[in-house]
Amino acid sequence: MAQPRDLEADLIASMTRFSRPFFLLVGFLLAVIGFAAYAWVHQLRDGLVVTGLNRPVFWGIYITNFVFFIGISHAGTLISAILRLCQAEWRRPITRMAETITVLVLFIGAGNIIMDLGRPDRALNVFLHPNFRSPLLWDVTSITTYVTASICYLYLPLIPDIALLRDRLPRRRWFYGALALGWRGTPNERHRLELAIAVLAVVVIPIAVSVHTVVSWVFAMTVQPMWHSTIFGPYFVVGAIYSGIAALILAMAVLRKTYRLEAYLKPVHFKNLGLLLLVMTCLWTYFTFAEYLTTFYGHEPDEMTIFWAKLSGPYAPYFWTMAACCFAIPLVILSLPATRTIPGMVVASSTILVGMWLERFIIVVPSLINPRLPVPTSGYTPTWVEGAITAGAFAAFLLLYTLFAKVFPIISVWEVEEGRQRGIQDTVERLTTYLPEGEAPPAPATKTAWEWSR
Amino acid sequence: MEGLAYSRRSFLARALAAAASLALFRRLSKAEASVRQAPGQAVAARPHRWGMVIDLDRCTGCQACVVACWAENNQPLPSPEAHRAGRIIEWMTLLPSTEGEYPAVRQRLMPVPCQHCDRPPCTPVCPVFATYKNPEGLVAQIYPRCIGCRYCVNACPYTCKFFNWSTPTWPAPMEAMHNPDVSVRPKGVTEKCTFCHHRLIRAKEQAASDGRTLREGDYVPACMQVCPARAIAFGDLDEPNSAASQLGRSPRRSLLQEELGTRPKVTYLAEA
Repeated sequence: MAQPRDLEADLIASMTRFSRPFFLLVGFLLAVIGFAAYAWVHQLRDGLVVTGLNRPVFWGIYITNFVFFIGISHAGTLISAILRLCQAEWRRPITRMAETITVLVLFIGAGNIIMDLGRPDRALNVFLHPNFRSPLLWDVTSITTYVTASICYLYLPLIPDIALLRDRLPRRRWFYGALALGWRGTPNERHRLELAIAVLAVVVIPIAVSVHTVVSWVFAMTVQPMWHSTIFGPYFVVGAIYSGIAALILAMAVLRKTYRLEAYLKPVHFKNLGLLLLVMTCLWTYFTFAEYLTTFYGHEPDEMTIFWAKLSGPYAPYFWTMAACCFAIPLVILSLPATRTIPGMVVASSTILVGMWLERFIIVVPSLINPRLPVPTSGYTPTWVEGAITAGAFAAFLLLYTLFAKVFPIISVWEVEEGRQRGIQDTVERLTTYLPEGEAPPAPATKTAWEWSR
Repeated sequence: MEGLAYSRRSFLARALAAAASLALFRRLSKAEASVRQAPGQAVAARPHRWGMVIDLDRCTGCQACVVACWAENNQPLPSPEAHRAGRIIEWMTLLPSTEGEYPAVRQRLMPVPCQHCDRPPCTPVCPVFATYKNPEGLVAQIYPRCIGCRYCVNACPYTCKFFNWSTPTWPAPMEAMHNPDVSVRPKGVTEKCTFCHHRLIRAKEQAASDGRTLREGDYVPACMQVCPARAIAFGDLDEPNSAASQLGRSPRRSLLQEELGTRPKVTYLAEA
């Protein structure tokens, strides 16, 4: 790099520049959300009769969306907490983007449950008359805990940056001044902040794992065939992290382009996340294989009906698209160094997101449409209302994310700065403690494995 | 030191014994209270355990039970559109099944109401206690509390719970013919067979005003009452001489999906 870049100035420039495409995007997203609101009013007035749901397919796209969005929420807090705890220095420009995804997407996921309720006006009954034997209440407990922890975990590292904006943007002072909590950046304050972040990073990991575990238990705790599975907890957690990383990579790629953050989000960041994504591809495939092989080998009639409905029946197109999107395509793209580029990773992440949505869909619907008793069924065709509300959910997420990036720095300024000032020294010191004492031997003539892999 | 250890041990033992007896006492008094507080128990000392026996050898598949259930329980009349969309509500439903292979094929119709399981899979999953097993073993549904999440519906291995996809409507003259003992459910809540619980309340009131306990035949659900083939028996399963208990001991007996361990209180008698 020719001259040191000033992240602060770069970010503030992007945050205060309101271009035409920005307004077009916001307008478009608002229009989609407005249409979804219209669809929801329609559904509130007439009931769930306006959806494609029926007996026995009592759950459909809304529940699929719920599981999908809650899954995406593992992008942020979990990834960022793990990278922080591992002292991975390359995390610094990424954590904020990831944590923001988590917080926003949790609300979208929970919102989809509200869309699915027959009586959303009574939703607060879960707090008035809670039945803690119900996995749905475990969900409520776990997700509200996760939302709270994630908001704290997003907000704490934001405080120094908010204070920075308070001092740099006088016109928004009323807003940032209140949120900065009087931050002055004294060593004492810094020490406390870092301690709090470290504690939260540890606390947030088990909470995040619990979230998608209990989401899976909503299905696994019933006796319904191909839901009642012991591996659903870890299987869902793996799938959640998988789709979460994919969403994070997409967000990074988009922000890199629109905010011109090429200097901060370098190919190496994408490459490291890509390797993590590759590991998750293998893990997800392993779990899927284990799940389906166990079902097939056991050959219970009720389960086999659903098994074949997925593999060769009416849901085969979804199943094999999922297999291609979550296994074949990302495995090839992420394994080959030639395709492990930013565009390649954007393609892989997009297919993974499509595939993971389909995965949730073929967990929810085929089991319901083939109940144990041969109840006559008329299939499940989602209606425009479900489509509009789903589109609205995605649009609401994009809008909130766009606006967040205009109000708060989407890259943690002080953490990147800290990496420049202390990170290199700290890393060198840490590395020396790994090595045997004494003089360093002469450098080897051959390339190391790490260099070969580049 | 030794004395101290001894006294600590004896203290712990006593504390443990006290806690155990307190827990036992509370448990007993709670159980007593629940018996005392059960509605309509003023005369009958023992709670009942209501159950049904359906003799498939007698059943002709005439659907009189289905129609009686619609009328008795204020279920909306199924329209052809609702039927095509798979959205009819039919607490007592005839399940078609095909048995055997060509040339020995038999088409069967099996009446399936809510099985009122002794270990219902649907009640623990309700997040708001809108469905529960009452002291007499009936699986009940509280319509004004239900949030319409349909989790209980999906947890039921018999698919015998129903959801109000829209506000129920009736043709003009039928609006005035609702059963006043049964509430009309709003849109967005789950419902199912109650074994005509309102008839039980009526029967208990009658028995209490006559100053006697409930007798066999006092409480009969609508489906049993209308069955022209007398294929349905109903009664107290804890009463060894009731018709339901006696038929339930038949060698032809079977339970639907007994292997799931739900302990249904609807017994089926196989065709002879």
